[in-house]
Formats: sequence, C-alpha cells, structure tokens
Amino acid sequence: MSVFSKILSVIIAVIIGCGGVLGVFYAMNYLANTLPHKWRSRILPWIYLAPALLVLTAYLILPTLNTIYISFLDRRSQNFVGWENYQFAFTSEAMLVAFRNNLLWLVLVTGFSVGFGLILAVLMDKVRYEPLAKSLIFLPMAISFVGASVIWRFVYAFRPAGAAQIGLLNGIITSLGFEPVGWLVERSINNFALIAIMIWLQTGFCLVLLSAAVKGIPKDIIEAARMDGASEVQIFWRITIPMIRSTLAVVTTTVVIMVLKVFDIVFVMTAGNQGTEVIASRMIKEMFNYRDYGRGSAIAVILLLAIVPIMVVNIRRFRQQETSR
Amino acid sequence: MKSKRRPKSNSVKHLSHQLQNAFNSLPVHLSIIVISLIWTLPTVGLLISSLRPKDDLLESGWWMVFQHPFDFTQYQLGNYIDVLTAEGMGQAFLNSFTIAIPATVIPIAIATFAAYAFSWMEFPGRQLLFILVVALLVVPLQMTLIPVLRSYNHLGLSGSFLGVWLAHTGYGMPLGIYLLRNYIGSLPKDLIEAAAVDGASHLTTFTRLIVPLSLPAIASFAVFQFLWVWNDLLVALVYLGGTPDVAPLTMRLTTLVGSRGEAWHLLTAGAFITMIVPLIVFFALQRYFVRGILAGSVKG
Repeated sequence: MSVFSKILSVIIAVIIGCGGVLGVFYAMNYLANTLPHKWRSRILPWIYLAPALLVLTAYLILPTLNTIYISFLDRRSQNFVGWENYQFAFTSEAMLVAFRNNLLWLVLVTGFSVGFGLILAVLMDKVRYEPLAKSLIFLPMAISFVGASVIWRFVYAFRPAGAAQIGLLNGIITSLGFEPVGWLVERSINNFALIAIMIWLQTGFCLVLLSAAVKGIPKDIIEAARMDGASEVQIFWRITIPMIRSTLAVVTTTVVIMVLKVFDIVFVMTAGNQGTEVIASRMIKEMFNYRDYGRGSAIAVILLLAIVPIMVVNIRRFRQQETSR
Repeated sequence: MKSKRRPKSNSVKHLSHQLQNAFNSLPVHLSIIVISLIWTLPTVGLLISSLRPKDDLLESGWWMVFQHPFDFTQYQLGNYIDVLTAEGMGQAFLNSFTIAIPATVIPIAIATFAAYAFSWMEFPGRQLLFILVVALLVVPLQMTLIPVLRSYNHLGLSGSFLGVWLAHTGYGMPLGIYLLRNYIGSLPKDLIEAAAVDGASHLTTFTRLIVPLSLPAIASFAVFQFLWVWNDLLVALVYLGGTPDVAPLTMRLTTLVGSRGEAWHLLTAGAFITMIVPLIVFFALQRYFVRGILAGSVKG
C-alpha cells in the first residue's frame, strides 16, 4: 500500500467514526420529533443520554460486575473455586512483593509530587518567570509513560566500571570517583528508580492545580498576617495550607488513583523483574503470561476495593458541592 | 506621593530595599531554577541523543556534545530516518492518528449531549444517575479488561479500530460528562430559558447556544482525551493484540524497547517521534488543558 492510500484510509476511517455518532443523534432526534408533544419532552432526555449510558454500561458497569464474578472462578472461568484466587493473591510471594511495592509507590509518589508541587506553587508565586518555569515542570504531563520510560532509560543506563558511561546518573557518579550503579537491577534501589519517574511525571500536575489554589487566597489576609509579624513559614502552615485544603485533597486523591493504576512504567522499564512488580502489572502478567483469568480478576477486584474509599469521599464531596450550589 | 516630596533619599532607600529583596529571594530563584533544570534535563538529554550518530551514542554520554556545542557535524537526522523506514514507525504513526481522532471526537459528542441533559433537562433519577457517573470516575479500567476482551473476541471486535474507539469512548466518558456538566451547568439560566421562550427546540438550543458557549470546556476535555488516547499503552495492548497493522506508536516503541533494547539510536528517535504530536497539542492548547483540570477540581 502506498503512503497516500494509507493516509486516505485513515481519513475515511476518521470520517466514518466521527460522522457515525452525529448521524445517530440527528436520526434519533428526528424520530423523537415525529412523536406527539407530550411524549417528546419525556423521551428526549433519554435520547440525549442513551449513548452515554450505553457505553458506560457496556464498558464500565457490566464488565466490573462480571470481573467480580470471574474472580470466584478458576483460571478458565469454568468451575467455581470460592475464595481461592483471593487466598492466592494475599499469600503468594509475588503478590506480597507487589503489595509492598505499591504501598511504597503510594507513599513516595503522593508525598513527593504533592509536596514538591505545593512548595513550588508557593515559591513560583513570587517570581516573574513563573509561566516558563511552570511549563517546564508541567511538560512531562504530555509525554506518554512509554516515552518517559525511554527518556529515563538514558538516565539510568549502566556500563561496567571503566567503560564510558552513557547514562546521566552513572556519568555523574563515576566522574565523582564512585563505581557505576545498576539502577534498575540492584534490588535495594530499583523501585526508587521507577518511583522517581512517576514523581517526575506527576509533580507538574500537582503544581498547576495547587498554584491556582494558592493564587485564589485573598492577598489581604496574607498582608495582614505579615503586618502582624508572621514569618513566611508561619504563613505557609497557618494560612496557605488551611486555605487550600480542599484542592489539596482533590490533588492527593487524583495522584493516589493514578499510582494505584500504574502499570506502563514497570512494564516497559523492568517488566516487573528483580522485585519491582506492582499490583496492576502483576494483573497483566496473570492475564496474558499465565492465562489465569481467575487470579487476574481477583487482583483487579483488590485494586477496586483499594479505590472504593476514595470513591466514597468523592461522592460525599460532590453532594456537598451540589447542596451549596 | 512621598517620593515626589523627597525624591533623593527615597530612591536610595528604594534601591537598597530592592537589593535587600533580591538578596532575600535569591534562594527562591535558585531553587526554582535548579528544579526546572533537573525536570528538563532528562528530556533534553534524549533530544540531543536522538540527533547524534549511532556510534557516538554508544561511545560517550550525550553531555559530551557540550565540549563543542556549535560543531554541527556531530548532529544528524539519520536515526529518525532509520526508525521511520525500518521499524514500522511510519505505519504506527498513521495508526495512532486513526485511533486518536475518532477516540477523541466520539466521546466529546456523546458526553456533551449527556452533559446538556444532566444540566438543563428534567427527568426522573437525574441526581442518582449523575452520582453514578461520579462514582465511575475512579473505577480502574483494569477491572474491565477481561470481560470486555471476551465479548470482543465473540463479536470479532478485537484487533479492530472500532473496538478501540468504543473502548476509549467508554473509559473517557465519566470524566467527559463530569467536566462538561460542571461547565454547561454553570451557564446562565436566563439564556437557556429565553431560548425556550423563543420557541427553540432542545436540539437548536444545544447546537446554536450550548456548544458555541462551551467551546473552552470542550477544548479542554478534547486535549485531555487526545493526550490520554495518544499516550495509552494498556488499552491498545489488550484490545489490539500484537498485529503491527493496527499497533499505535506506544506499542511499537514498547516492542522496540523489548527486542532492540541495546539499539539506543532507534530508541531515542522512536521516543521522540511518539512525543512530537502530544507536545504540539500540549503547547498549542495548554491554556485550555489547565483550565479543564481546574474546572473539575478547584471549585470544590
């Protein structure tokens, strides 16, 4: 196939894909208009909602229920095995490593990216080149996890002692006279090496949100505190943090959810070897390498259970917001 | 006012005050600059590496170009040509577009209609349904992989673009409805009522009033969804299988890392090719993107 016919088929696929949806809406709206008026206003909302509800049901609601069911069946989903898959999930060596690592990820990524983001947001509020600095730190948001993983392979690249190092980190430490380190192989540090990538990716996100919140604090409150002789540190703890608490909660929630689901970084960088597995990458392994759908589903359900508290908080916050509207 | 009366002593004071300020804020500037540098360095390193000849790449670290930064013979585009022609990246580039454009447009259309219904139409169970959407916002998509994959195998949708479009539509829907409803719901009520009084149907109100007014929010969701789809590996990996005909860039790059882990020159150029489009989109629409994130969260 020549390049042009390939590009043409891309364009046709795009037109069919996009035009199809609009066509459906217009057709349904037309049909609704043929109905008597009393029916029309009752049915129209459901026509507007139907496609959305359909995809939500097909891609989120039913599959979630189905996964919970499959998690009680054996690897080929033929026989009922009760809690066996969960027993496996909570006792197997590999899963325990994954849980431990995920906990490490949660604490470190959330702590550092929210912490860094907050400190940077407060500091950047004071300088004129804020937009530039913010863009630089926010930039990794646009890069895929896979792209980021390749970038960081060049930071962590390892050559035996004596050879010229092509990785940035080993370049630095060998020039200081130390032995080169296998960042992704050494079991004591490889998890931290992967976590650093996620922190690099997430800090910009936290920074942007928190910075908007920091700017939202009325200036006169801070001025008044300064007049009363409060130090910058006191202002930070006593005024900034309490004033942006709700944004802080949202940011933390989002980061926690993203960390729980993280899989690409581990998959691309180490394939989960040398003790770097996390829950989500473990699940993909059970599904595709071992073809064990029961265990894979049980792991997915555990992931969901870990997120349920966040969901509850979210809904509560939403309801409060609605009543205050 | 004061400075007019006693210009001289005050300007001196002013200057010393400024100096004092600059001195006080030196640590602030220093830490911002250092952190910005650290954050940018990995990407810059990759960019420089991707422009170096294959042999140089293996022999020395990329920072070696700074020994003679303006010696342009040490840069070349060969790696990009190699990876585009030999490793199927060209095809993958087209595939990524074929996946990402409908997977952005379809959810926008569906979510905007739904958000309008949630904001301005009366129907039983409105509040409850919307709470369901908020709850679905956090369901990890890993929960859905096995059942969806199974039905795809039955329906013959696995390995097809249509299957991936629909999957991304489903996964992007909660965020889309949530963001757009926040925005559309906050439009002035008088406006929508006036349109109804003038005899506009819901469809007219929607296309003539709501969509044009909501363009900022729609754009921000579009950026979100586009970046997410373009950068996605998991959905493509699971629903597209291993066929190179339909594999997007992220998948090709992953296989490149796996099979040619030591072919550094291909990896560098390959990674940059995957990043070009999202970076362009990001910089062009950054303002909307940021506003979109904020619309969903800072409010609360």
